[in-house]
Amino acid sequence: MGRDEGELIAALRAGDEAVFSRTVSDWSRPMLALARGFVSTEASAEEVVQETWLAVMKGLDRFEGRAALRTWVFRILVNAAKSRGVKEHRTLPWSSVSGEDAGPSLDPALFQAAGEAYPGHWRVAPAAWPEGVAVEGSVLAGEVRGELRTAVDALPDRQRLVLVLRDVLGHSAEEVCQLLEISQANQRVLLHRARTTVRARLAAYLEGS
Amino acid sequence: MAELGCQEMVELVTEYLEGTVGWRTRRRIAKHLNECDACGRYIEQMRETLRLLGTVPVDSLSAEAQSTLLAAFRDLKR
Repeated sequence: MGRDEGELIAALRAGDEAVFSRTVSDWSRPMLALARGFVSTEASAEEVVQETWLAVMKGLDRFEGRAALRTWVFRILVNAAKSRGVKEHRTLPWSSVSGEDAGPSLDPALFQAAGEAYPGHWRVAPAAWPEGVAVEGSVLAGEVRGELRTAVDALPDRQRLVLVLRDVLGHSAEEVCQLLEISQANQRVLLHRARTTVRARLAAYLEGS
Repeated sequence: MAELGCQEMVELVTEYLEGTVGWRTRRRIAKHLNECDACGRYIEQMRETLRLLGTVPVDSLSAEAQSTLLAAFRDLKR
């Protein structure tokens, strides 16, 4: 157990309200995203996250520190979300790669077909993006963020969840695999399709603007 | 080994960025990128997309739910 981890647990056990509030605020982001992967509605996901925190508060004194606190909390959450999902008759096929995950992730029409001069090569190279896309605080960066959010929301459930955990919230591949109980290969397929779709949508937006 | 096409390259981007491609494939990718500006640009745009994704705001619990939890925490510790 690291020093920070030990301090965090001690503060929570001692009833430190500031530490509790900060932890709830920070960890509830990935928790909401995770819960949403198993239940039918945003409201349901909110409830699961709240239930989880209540269970965590009550169970904190029994927490033995065999896993990291966050792992323990997230595991309680995933279990609660799963049972809730079963009650709501919503089950996502996490263990297998389904139809929406098969085939090329990027539109094949972007590439030359067999019989053309350079099969498999770009028909037209991707257009350059305008300067200022990544400049923090610029108008374009703000618009781009809005567009990205729309693109993320439109992804199929499993792809969205993996992308949000990995690329938006910055969790590691190992942690995501462990939480969702999926293989590295499966995680990568979902992430790849999600990233490809999001980049393509951003490209279409930037080329049209 | 056959040369890598752009369509194949595009499908390898995530494995490439995750560092999970084997050395043979890595070599084919390097060779392809050396000759193909379009794929170089594609990868740069993907990196840009990932940087930007890291700035997208994600909802946390509502302020109301958070204060309900804080109240429960306070009661429990009293």
